Amino acid sequence: MILAILITFFAAGAAPLVASRAGRRTGWILSLVPAGLFAYFATWIPAIQGGEIVRVAVDWVPQFGVEFAFVLDGLSLLFALLITGLGTAILAYAGAYLEGNPDIGRFYVSLIAFMGAMLGVVLADDLIAMFVFWELTSITSYLLIGFKHEKAYARKSALQALLVTGGGGLALLAGVILLASAGGTTSITGLLAAETPITEHALYLPAFILIAIGAFTKSAQFPFHFWLPNAMAAPTPVSAFLHSATMVKAGVYLLARLDPLLGGTAAWTWSLSVVGAITMLVGAIAAVRHTDLKNVLAYSTITALGTLVVLIGLSYPAALKAAIVFLIVHSLYKSVLFLVAGSVDHETGTRDVLALGGLRSKMPYSFGAALLAGLSMAGLPPLFGFVGKELTYKAKLGVEGIGWMLPSVAVIANALTVIAAAILVIRPFFGRYNSPKRAHEAPFAMWIGPVIIGGAGLVLGIVPGILAGIVAPAVDAVAGEPVPIKLALWYGLNTALLLSVITVLLGAFGAWKMDALRMGLQHFDALRRAGPEAVYDRLMNGLPRLAEWQTSFFQGGSLRTYLAATITTLVALVGGTYLWQVGIVVPWSAPDLMPIEIVVTGIVAVSALAVTVVRSRLVAVTALGVVGVGVALLFVLFSAPDLAMTQFLVEILIVVIVLLVMQHLPDEVNRTSLGRRIRDAGIAVGAGAVVTVLLLSVGQTPVSRHLSDFFGETAVPGGFGRNVVNVILVDFRALDTLGEIAVIAIAALGVFVLVKMNAPLDGLTRPAHPSVVLQTGTRLLMSVLLLASLFMLWRGHNEPGGGFIGGLVAAAALVLYTIAYRQAGTERMLRVAPRVLIGSGLAVALASGLFAVMAGKTYLTGLWAGIETGTGVLKLGTPLLFDVGVFLTVVGVVMTMVLALERISTAPPPLMDGEGEGTQEPGTQGERIRPPSRRAPTAPETSEKLPAS
Amino acid sequence: MKVLLVLPVLIPAVTGILTLLLRRSRFAQRALSVLGAVALLGASSAVLWTVQTNGIQVAQMGNWAAPFGITLVADSFSAGLITISAFVAVAVAVYALRGMDVEREFFGFHTLFHLLMMGINGAFITGDLFNMYVWFEVLLIASFVLLVLGNEEKQLEGAVKYVGINLVASVSFLTAIGLLYGFTGSLNFADIATSMGNIQEAGLEATIAALFLVGFGIKAGLFPLYFWLPASYHTPPAPVAAIFAGLLTKVGVYSLIRIFTLLFPDPTGYTKTLLLVVAGATMVIGVLGALTERNVNRLLAFLVISAMGYVVMGLGFFTTLGLAGAVFYIFQDIPVKASLFLIGGVMERETGTTEVGKMGGLYMHRPLLALSFIVPAFSLAGFPPFPGFWGKLTLVQAGLATENYLIVAIALLVGVLTLLVVAQVWARAFWSPAREEGLVSTDSPLQRSVLQAPIVVIGVALLAVGLYAQPLFDLAQQAADNLTNTAPYIQAVLG
Repeated sequence: MILAILITFFAAGAAPLVASRAGRRTGWILSLVPAGLFAYFATWIPAIQGGEIVRVAVDWVPQFGVEFAFVLDGLSLLFALLITGLGTAILAYAGAYLEGNPDIGRFYVSLIAFMGAMLGVVLADDLIAMFVFWELTSITSYLLIGFKHEKAYARKSALQALLVTGGGGLALLAGVILLASAGGTTSITGLLAAETPITEHALYLPAFILIAIGAFTKSAQFPFHFWLPNAMAAPTPVSAFLHSATMVKAGVYLLARLDPLLGGTAAWTWSLSVVGAITMLVGAIAAVRHTDLKNVLAYSTITALGTLVVLIGLSYPAALKAAIVFLIVHSLYKSVLFLVAGSVDHETGTRDVLALGGLRSKMPYSFGAALLAGLSMAGLPPLFGFVGKELTYKAKLGVEGIGWMLPSVAVIANALTVIAAAILVIRPFFGRYNSPKRAHEAPFAMWIGPVIIGGAGLVLGIVPGILAGIVAPAVDAVAGEPVPIKLALWYGLNTALLLSVITVLLGAFGAWKMDALRMGLQHFDALRRAGPEAVYDRLMNGLPRLAEWQTSFFQGGSLRTYLAATITTLVALVGGTYLWQVGIVVPWSAPDLMPIEIVVTGIVAVSALAVTVVRSRLVAVTALGVVGVGVALLFVLFSAPDLAMTQFLVEILIVVIVLLVMQHLPDEVNRTSLGRRIRDAGIAVGAGAVVTVLLLSVGQTPVSRHLSDFFGETAVPGGFGRNVVNVILVDFRALDTLGEIAVIAIAALGVFVLVKMNAPLDGLTRPAHPSVVLQTGTRLLMSVLLLASLFMLWRGHNEPGGGFIGGLVAAAALVLYTIAYRQAGTERMLRVAPRVLIGSGLAVALASGLFAVMAGKTYLTGLWAGIETGTGVLKLGTPLLFDVGVFLTVVGVVMTMVLALERISTAPPPLMDGEGEGTQEPGTQGERIRPPSRRAPTAPETSEKLPAS
Repeated sequence: MKVLLVLPVLIPAVTGILTLLLRRSRFAQRALSVLGAVALLGASSAVLWTVQTNGIQVAQMGNWAAPFGITLVADSFSAGLITISAFVAVAVAVYALRGMDVEREFFGFHTLFHLLMMGINGAFITGDLFNMYVWFEVLLIASFVLLVLGNEEKQLEGAVKYVGINLVASVSFLTAIGLLYGFTGSLNFADIATSMGNIQEAGLEATIAALFLVGFGIKAGLFPLYFWLPASYHTPPAPVAAIFAGLLTKVGVYSLIRIFTLLFPDPTGYTKTLLLVVAGATMVIGVLGALTERNVNRLLAFLVISAMGYVVMGLGFFTTLGLAGAVFYIFQDIPVKASLFLIGGVMERETGTTEVGKMGGLYMHRPLLALSFIVPAFSLAGFPPFPGFWGKLTLVQAGLATENYLIVAIALLVGVLTLLVVAQVWARAFWSPAREEGLVSTDSPLQRSVLQAPIVVIGVALLAVGLYAQPLFDLAQQAADNLTNTAPYIQAVLG
């Protein structure tokens, strides 16, 4: 059984290959697959008839207890036979119908994959597995409805079907999960075998409602029915297969399958029969209203689906028997009528019955098939449709309590169906010959299937008993208990027969007065505007508007707005949580401060405030520098000289760099309104307050010192350095340092990219006029500074200093050199590009940790060697090498940035828009630095930037 | 093999450094880039395999016992993430051979790409709070430079928003680290987890958790902190966007899960509700943003946000099942998002536009691409048999089991809307007829296959996972077990 499904999917995958090789015979060859499967399933009939139920399972997702489980009982066998049987005819038919279409390969992929999925749905014994196949039918159906994808209508219809069935599918998913959690298993067999009925479980009602929504959307029940007529945008064989005979019955199948589990309650009976009855009527009325063959068929399919849902809702043996028989009846006649409608369309070029007539002599075989099917649809003896209708009426009459309501609805719906059958058969085939195109009989592949299936309807009508072997086990499965089945064409005179007669008479009268009837029904068209489809349309139009509104609400702003929103969130969330959990508590305790600390803190605070209020950018930068220096002073006060030195050097470099680019920034205009500034100030103060309160609460608890104590105690004996900070940087937490030098390295690359990529050419820079005094002074100072930097690096492990500080000092020396000798001079002196320095530095640092790996220790473990010198033992180790790497990286980083920026600083300020265009030499502005480029020189974006002159 | 655990950080670092040093040879850079990614995949897989066979792996850097040095830890969650990330990295490295232009390569694309991978992997496997912050900085600066690489105006605009808001994340994260250090005196995850007493006494657990939520929430693109994401993700070229979309938000959400489960394992109802509200709003906002978006890359960016909502929802349930769902969802969402952005890049190349409405003809002329689009797109919408379905199934189950019906309903509804979004892209860009001039790409078949091969490989992998989800589920389940029962993790680190 699993193999059967796998074969189907495999065949789907192979379909394009077959289509490209086999040409015209594609349809025949591929139809062998369902034919073979049909034969395979047919061999099971005797066993199933004998009461056997076959179950195969392999673990799929054991985590959830989900199995790839399949069961073959009466119900699934019936569906499998229908799917493969009709599938054979339809695959063969489609080969001729779509002959010459270049997309036929992909068409068959979807169609056969659909067939596999559908088999999966009806065979699956696991709710989750069933759901997977269920959704797979939705996707394949989507692809098939959109087959004529160049047409907007097809795309829209496909989307509608996908959304409605897919949305219902998600409800089904929730329902299935609830059901599984209520029953404790996902296995359907397991659920059915449960001791306590699910219907008494608290989750029964939500589970049932959700599952019903899933089934209703799939089986096109009111109010979800509207997608089905639109799905007729699919090629006709698809409509015949998916949207009439098989897929839309998946919902019915699901309800039937779960009837023993969920059925029998008032909720079940009422919701199914009411929804089904409304669906019957809506479908039947709309069917008569239309003149397009496929629309008529689609709406009459909705009627039939409604009938089936009502019958399953009634949920007692006679009704279920009627449901099963009617299901077979409908699948047979409806697929024939669809296929014939496709042939008519194919041969005449239209599906509008008003433009058709008298085709019976031109298309005799199709006509014969259509006639048999139409009679069956109308429920006339001796066709199988009559048997089905009799049973249906009997079932509906058997309901106690509802009285005549249900049969009356059924009679009206069925009478309308008779009219629909007349529209489908009488209009095109009888009367005066009328066709837009010269009509002739369709190819063999397109009529043989309908004739066989139509003939089957006749045979089964005369001797329905031969089907008992299939119907009986199916009814047993749905009823959950053995039900005695006898099928006959003639049950004798009874009320059901009377209703049949009334139906046919009404129908005949209606068919006679068809035009008047249709005119009368036009009045109902206004209802459509308020119907479910209108709701869908309004939803589809309204959603984008809602989406646009929310997007412009949340996503319209600039960085300022975003930052304000983000920080407000921070304040509200963190502050709010604090208030909620702790209350309005300020954990204040009198601090123990030295006067100098108060002074420095005060300076920092005032400078920080100044940054926010001063108008001049220059002053702001300077004030920011003061903040940094103040923090560095605090580091000094807390005896962290390394931090202080680093901070000082970085602050100085930042101010220098900012000043370098300052002249190129546009004039500062403060456009912010006062109200906004007040709001921003509020946010800022809030953020500060939150952090302050949190920090104060830290102060309430004694700090655990196990980490810092360890560092202090271990630095010398374990890390061989007296400078704990440096030992932390290059040994205890060297990985952090490795990450951080990577950060600054990348930042330097970023500056390089920002300044040099697509930037104005060097030609723009003014010739440098360095001062000779500066040059001479620099030469002297340079060597001192470089020596100092190496000294800092060397002593760093024991005294304040280290790779970072040494690197910064060296970089400062080189910056000085750059000021004196310009970029070119520095580049000449360095010989290697600063980026190579960065790479080498990173490489040295990274490699220093690898020695330990080679020695069989973990990465970055320090390896030390002692060298005897005159004064004592000199300890050398890999952490020192690591520090060398840091040193090199820092030098490279600073130089990359400075050399890139130096060019900007010596360039004249860029011209503001609209000023001085004439003073520029033509052509210079548009030129860009380019690495060896393959882009065409005449790329439009380049030429557009050339000045107009 | 004591070095194994550090390889996911070292290999991209070495690759990055070598490509920087060999910056003049385009060929050497490209060869190194692909080789480096492949080596990374090999090393990550080895880590995963070791974790699967021997349990949680721990490496104490510098041989300093925890909590004094920095500890790298790989459990199933981390190992799975680095392996899947490496897989995506290989795909992107190959795609970039054609999808990246020579200027960007010259200015250091390969270097930045691998250094970004170093940061991402570091964040995934570190067991140390401050070290995690360092890796966050690495990946923030690397992603920033990748964003501006090209120096186009829209890139700069996006990058400034990106870095501006992400710096708030850094500040928030750093503040939280400072507070935790102040209370516990430690930076090691496991060590902190065992000494949360002070914080509980001060009643500050939820407050510090909120601080982490803001910091990681910005990184993960959660509501209402996601603004930077749609403002920037559409600006860089496809390979960069693919890595960003696949991995960056995942780092944020990984950290969120790691910190919350390890340090705040028994959240109050308040925190749970907060997470679920954030999750629901994130899902809805993301998908609504995508619904109205016409630029294919921005549309995908909004879908990135929406997906994060699902993950946070799984965390918000605070059950093993919910976490398993969240982890599974992250695992599958990495290749899904990366492949969608790569496909978006090809769509742009083929049609010459980023406007979905102006595209067309891709189904007719690029059937393979169309097929490869269906897999991640429908996976995103949670359709079987694609992996997104299994993630959503688990999450829905977890939600129903904890009786959080509202959020489950929202999640399912968002699924329908996502379906609408991807189906509209499909209908407009693939099904619609091509513009008059047809497809504009001048790529030769070989060049086209360089672009499509990674997409197809990801698609096949996703389909395989969708059809047989059990192995990945096992991994997610193990990960979730370790997240809810943190004793083995702490035991492995502290010994």
